[in-house]
Amino acid sequence: MILDSLFTVLEKNALITAFAFVGILVWFSYEISARLTRGHVHGSAIAIALGLVLAYVGGSVTGGNQGLADFSLFAGVGVMGGAMFRDFAIVATAFGAELEALKRAGLVGAASVVIGVVLSFMVGAVIAVAFGYTDAVSISTIGAGAATYIVGPVTGTALGADSGIIALSVAAGLTKSVLVMIGTPFIAPRIGLNNPHAALIYGGLMGTTSGVAGGLAATDPKLVPYGAMTATFYTGVGCLLAPSVLFLLVRALV
Amino acid sequence: MVIYGVALLSFCMLAGVFVGDLLGDLIGVQANVGGVGIAMLLLIVLSNLSHTRFTLGEPTEKGIGFWSAMYIPIVVAMAAKQNVIAAISSGWMAIVAGVAAVAVSFAMIPVLSRFGKGEQHDS
Repeated sequence: MILDSLFTVLEKNALITAFAFVGILVWFSYEISARLTRGHVHGSAIAIALGLVLAYVGGSVTGGNQGLADFSLFAGVGVMGGAMFRDFAIVATAFGAELEALKRAGLVGAASVVIGVVLSFMVGAVIAVAFGYTDAVSISTIGAGAATYIVGPVTGTALGADSGIIALSVAAGLTKSVLVMIGTPFIAPRIGLNNPHAALIYGGLMGTTSGVAGGLAATDPKLVPYGAMTATFYTGVGCLLAPSVLFLLVRALV
Repeated sequence: MVIYGVALLSFCMLAGVFVGDLLGDLIGVQANVGGVGIAMLLLIVLSNLSHTRFTLGEPTEKGIGFWSAMYIPIVVAMAAKQNVIAAISSGWMAIVAGVAAVAVSFAMIPVLSRFGKGEQHDS
């Protein structure tokens, strides 16, 4: 009975429960980072990886699509990790960012967004062809999904793609975002991702806002505003290019 | 007061997202175009402006600083609500497409990084 009323309290105050829960998760992750890896793997990288594992568990137990937030007890995690709070916190990181670094990388940053969209689209399209897809609509939708999991369905809907193909494009985008979150801290030293200039280009090339947000948080939180800035233009540019120019290009080639 | 900082932040975000939506409508795409980026630029400009004309009090800065510091926990929560199952269980093609896109994009970073920097070395 006591347990019941405890659960009721936790469910009623969902967002507060999420704050407490994430606090414990982050503390636990930093302990692992300090004790098991001697600080080699950043605590936030472990916390994000644990979050993804919990999301997997949540999804497989409940069968929902919100990860851990599908448990009624953890519904607040969905609010805390939703787009509203995420974007609010991202904007806040801009406070104290260097205006100079932004100006310097202005043109390359803008170019990186367009290059990033086209590059991911082409890679996704080539993979789709390799897996035996032959119609321009399916190939373009999967290519768009390789950009982000928003560009995929927007493109697929605009072109009238099959719902199964749209689901695949979302999965490709999700894979990208999860991999960027996990992979960035490991690959960062090799690709010179340690300064605002490179972070701006990284954001523009990767484009997945959640991936970039998680990846930079786990690499160096000081770089977050630069990467996030360019990444937020990516989905818009993708939704612009994929169903139009890029689709026409694919149709001309197939 | 702390709320001034939070309110300033809210104002920047709402204005940015609004402009981003308008931009999306203008070019005819069903997405927000750079709303958060515009909000960030607005906040940077406003906070730099304040050095000359009016100063943000320390409590005001704390209101923004708190949310900036909450960034990582929020990202952890975001990770915990991802549809990881869908990413993993939908078959090889989606995974291969996602992985390949990331690999190629990572490889491009050093190539593009050289550009902006190269201009500086020339001068």
